[in-house]
Amino acid sequence: MIAPVTIGLGIFYFYPFFRVIRDSLHNIGAFDRDQGFVGFKNYVTMFSDAEMWQTLLNTFKYVIIIVPCSLLLALFVAVLLNTRIKGLSIFRVIYFLPAITMSVAVSMVWRWIFNGDYGILNSIMTGIGLPARQWLNDRSTSMLCICIVAIWSNVGYYMIILLAGIQGISKGYYEAAEIDGASGFQKFYKITLPLLTPTIFYVVIMLIISTFQTFDGIYLMIGTKANAIKWTQSVVMYFYRSAFDYSKKGYASAVAVLLFVIIMAITVFQMKMQKKWVNYD
Amino acid sequence: MGLHTKSRKNKFSTIIVYLILIGGVVIAVAPFVWMFLTAFKTNSEAMAIPPVIFPKQIRLTSFVTIVDKLPFITIYTNTVISAVVTVIAQLTFCSMAGYAYARIDFPFKNVLFTITLAVLMVPGTFFILPQYRIIYKLGLLNSIPALFLPNLFSAMGTFLLRQFFLSLPQELEDAAYIDGCSRGKAFLLIMLPLVKPGLVSLGILTFKFAWNDLMWPMIVNTSTEKMTLSPALSFMQGQYVTDYPGIMAGAIMAVIPVIILFAVFQKQFIEGVAHTGIKG
Repeated sequence: MIAPVTIGLGIFYFYPFFRVIRDSLHNIGAFDRDQGFVGFKNYVTMFSDAEMWQTLLNTFKYVIIIVPCSLLLALFVAVLLNTRIKGLSIFRVIYFLPAITMSVAVSMVWRWIFNGDYGILNSIMTGIGLPARQWLNDRSTSMLCICIVAIWSNVGYYMIILLAGIQGISKGYYEAAEIDGASGFQKFYKITLPLLTPTIFYVVIMLIISTFQTFDGIYLMIGTKANAIKWTQSVVMYFYRSAFDYSKKGYASAVAVLLFVIIMAITVFQMKMQKKWVNYD
Repeated sequence: MGLHTKSRKNKFSTIIVYLILIGGVVIAVAPFVWMFLTAFKTNSEAMAIPPVIFPKQIRLTSFVTIVDKLPFITIYTNTVISAVVTVIAQLTFCSMAGYAYARIDFPFKNVLFTITLAVLMVPGTFFILPQYRIIYKLGLLNSIPALFLPNLFSAMGTFLLRQFFLSLPQELEDAAYIDGCSRGKAFLLIMLPLVKPGLVSLGILTFKFAWNDLMWPMIVNTSTEKMTLSPALSFMQGQYVTDYPGIMAGAIMAVIPVIILFAVFQKQFIEGVAHTGIKG
């Protein structure tokens, strides 16, 4: 019964895993021509490339902005939806819409909103007397635009997970707290938050892993050729450009290995740290 | 008096909660509304500064032009085939493997399961270059199978369904065996229906992923006739930058199936996602 999955995973995932590591030690040029073993040359090139360091910095910035904002907003909405309100399932569907919509369709609209020449945002800005900007080409705003879209699409999904976590907390705790005269905020800080830490932990891990792999938004809103790509590209975007725009597949494999190592390191670190704040009883 | 102020305070906070939630709704749907309104506009209405909100007249011209400009129907069909095949394969393969890992003892079970989990830990992008090479070696670049082949097998799906099978009581199955039921029958007729929320959420997540995915189909299939919607629309956005009603019409047709699917299976999907969130 496990044969199809095991064989499929073997061919398309297990073998590729080792192949990437092997390829990262080879010089592979255009048309997949393997020009031989080069040791750690790709890694040396990678770490001495200023663009790579800028890319890493960009990626960490994405994580630092997108992860907490998505988490807090998702938690906020989940808590609001948990107060006995009417139309819960309608709210849930609507909030979930951005999360299930094709990134290409979504970025088309957002790109138009942020467009520097005929964008909606600029119409609003000039309408209230503020200067228009080239939002997506401006070094100080282009990354922010991508973050806004990412947060907009994240909130609904993680809200549903957090809401389910909140609803899983036994009503008895709240009843006891009410008898003791606890306020809404006290109930949130003393009951909801601590008992929700396993779910929050899961959400944080998923958010970090997915944010580290940001690609669609950057590809679709900035594009590979724009000037702004330098200060917006993520590690995955850099990987994509190395492999397919510059046909340096050995080098791209080294970038992929680095991405994997970083994500693994962060996940292991989080697993170690969870004892300090995650409450499993 | 205390009671009276308390209920007034409650009413007030309820109103605030609704206002914030409705504000959130506006932010969540505004881009969709804009997409929708634009698709019915003329090009000059769409590009007007200051923006025109409502089109003067509802016209379907942009839906017709988009179908003409791209081999839209072929691309749509490719996307449907790719997504449906992926979903069916994953549900079949992952439920079989998930059940086996949860309920059957076989040699090397732990080793194989650990390997499956290990695959789950690796970011998807990591595998793309060798996967691309395999497709290339098989002579499948620019073909429909290229779109779905690596996605038919899922470590995540296997793990997810294993968790669902594990949460079912063993007695259920034992009772079936006492009644002379075979393993295959017990799996198909008793166990499988009980993990329906798991199957639904895996199905929707997989469909959503296969339907929306950008990087993989963009890499393997570069000819327009073999593309899926995501790369095709992104390509079109570059080609026809100024035809906003056209690209918005395309975008609407592209997002509708996933929205309908989600609306129909909402309850089970949320049950499933909630389950994964808590167990994860």
